[in-house]
Amino acid sequence: MIKKLATLLPVLVALVAASLSLGARAQLVVDITSGIDDPTPIAVSPFSWSGTGVLPEDISDIVAADLRRSGLFAPVPKEDMLSFPKSADEVSFRDWRVLGTEYVVTGRIEPQAAGYLLTFDLVNIFGQNKMFTKQVSGGSRQLRDIAHRAADEIFEAITGIRGAFSTQMIYVQQNTRGGQPSYALMQADIDGARAREVRRFSAPVMSPMWSPDGQEVAYVSFETGRPAIFRENLRTGARQQLTNFKGLNSSPTWSPDGSKLAMVLSKDGNPEIYVLDLSSGKFTRMTRHFSIDTEPNWMPDGKSLVFTSDRGGKPQIYQLTLATGQVDRLTFDGDYNARPRVSPDGKTLVMVHRNRGVFTIATMDINTGRMRVLTETRLDESPSIAPNGAMLMYATKRGDKGILAAVSLDAGVKYSLPSQSGDVREPAWSPYFD
Amino acid sequence: MLKSVKTGLGLACVLAVMAGCSSTDTEDTAQEVAQPTPPPVVEEAPAAETAVPLDNVVYFDFDQSLLKPSTRELLIQHADRMRGNTSGTVRLEGHADELGTREYNLALGERRANAVRDFLVLQGVDPSTLEVISYGEERPAQTGSSESSRAMNRRVVIN
Repeated sequence: MIKKLATLLPVLVALVAASLSLGARAQLVVDITSGIDDPTPIAVSPFSWSGTGVLPEDISDIVAADLRRSGLFAPVPKEDMLSFPKSADEVSFRDWRVLGTEYVVTGRIEPQAAGYLLTFDLVNIFGQNKMFTKQVSGGSRQLRDIAHRAADEIFEAITGIRGAFSTQMIYVQQNTRGGQPSYALMQADIDGARAREVRRFSAPVMSPMWSPDGQEVAYVSFETGRPAIFRENLRTGARQQLTNFKGLNSSPTWSPDGSKLAMVLSKDGNPEIYVLDLSSGKFTRMTRHFSIDTEPNWMPDGKSLVFTSDRGGKPQIYQLTLATGQVDRLTFDGDYNARPRVSPDGKTLVMVHRNRGVFTIATMDINTGRMRVLTETRLDESPSIAPNGAMLMYATKRGDKGILAAVSLDAGVKYSLPSQSGDVREPAWSPYFD
Repeated sequence: MLKSVKTGLGLACVLAVMAGCSSTDTEDTAQEVAQPTPPPVVEEAPAAETAVPLDNVVYFDFDQSLLKPSTRELLIQHADRMRGNTSGTVRLEGHADELGTREYNLALGERRANAVRDFLVLQGVDPSTLEVISYGEERPAQTGSSESSRAMNRRVVIN
């Protein structure tokens, strides 16, 4: 569909991303472990800048880094480029063909009243044609947003998959000073840059989950001396305590339409799945079993939940149809499958799977039941899928330190995001913001 | 907090106060260091009872909430002390090791604390004096991924 738009007409891509506080140094640094065997060579020629002074960010570098991180592209190093074209007209097909480059991106940045305008072109070298010219504009603190949006457009035009470089993540960070742990919910770009503290806690915080509109986060905090579920507006910082029941108040997860929150409460004696209607405040109990029922996640149609239960003796994943209350077991491979997340198309489950005593991330095709182990790191947990369904982020250990890592759902692409300070865990990949 | 231990400590202090007792308790385990030492509370405990503080942590096997035989003996001693106690509540804090998922471990920690509660109630302790809370794997007693660290983390703390 983007290919159909590949006309000479510039398309204005309006940026609606929140103006984010700069200043916070990037606290996670991308470390690419493996990509596909034959990534597509692409050159992002350094963009021109018609304003005064030096831009605080190198936009073409950020675009190239995004494409490299996807694992599907091999950006040509600047020092290997024979020329630095600034527009499609300046691209010499012959020169780039010699280098084996399949695509070239050129771009021009201009100052605007309240920020910047990037005009960029995508050129197909072997097809000898310009695929598109587009424009992205943003405020004075949105240079990185502009770069990620451009990378999204380029990625989608070539692969047919919507880019997710403009998305963000929330994760838990723990710092320990003088033997005293402190905890924080952090929000960062999906490449780890521009990390900011959403809130700091002196007691543990866990299970962050984005609302489907990307405006709020639900989480579990122990600040009251017991686990309690909160929702918090990421823009205003306004928050509300939703539960304060005796026992567990755990695993909040928003319904796809954002009107409900599934969660786990043990006020009846043992952990059961509940659904809270956010407008009426009414709680409805969904499971009735003496075992542990926990870690609910909604199917994209909102009609059923998948969850972890040890009703069969060991933790396995089950599906609960909300209208009928019927429960069906989904996983049968192995003796530990837990914390399911459903892909955006509803066809694939990702989960924590114990394989020969090692905790890994695995996918399962819901129709066929075929399971596939994606990771081979240690103590892998908390998988969270990108809104385009191409990759997932998870938590793992390097030494004794908690780090975040990502893997594509076909296992071909892997990278890690080690933290420069503290332990990080429980990444939650945001939805699209528009 | 630290109810059962407190009673013991209180007694120990009462006995030692004449000899100039400091309220410092050097036998606290790691996770209790963070908490302020409770002021010694003198309660009308039978004078004949031993003043030795009871160990207030019980341990579990991996993915298990069954009480070990040695645990039962200790809990019977705790129950003996708790039965005479009518004021305040005792917190039973359930914990898990780092293996497995966080939310499942939260449930597992609760299951362990419930096992301790049920046993104490069976020994005649008033259930309304017992509060169960689970921290799952969020508050390990020991960091590190060795089996010995993990074994120390699969626990219920009687506070």
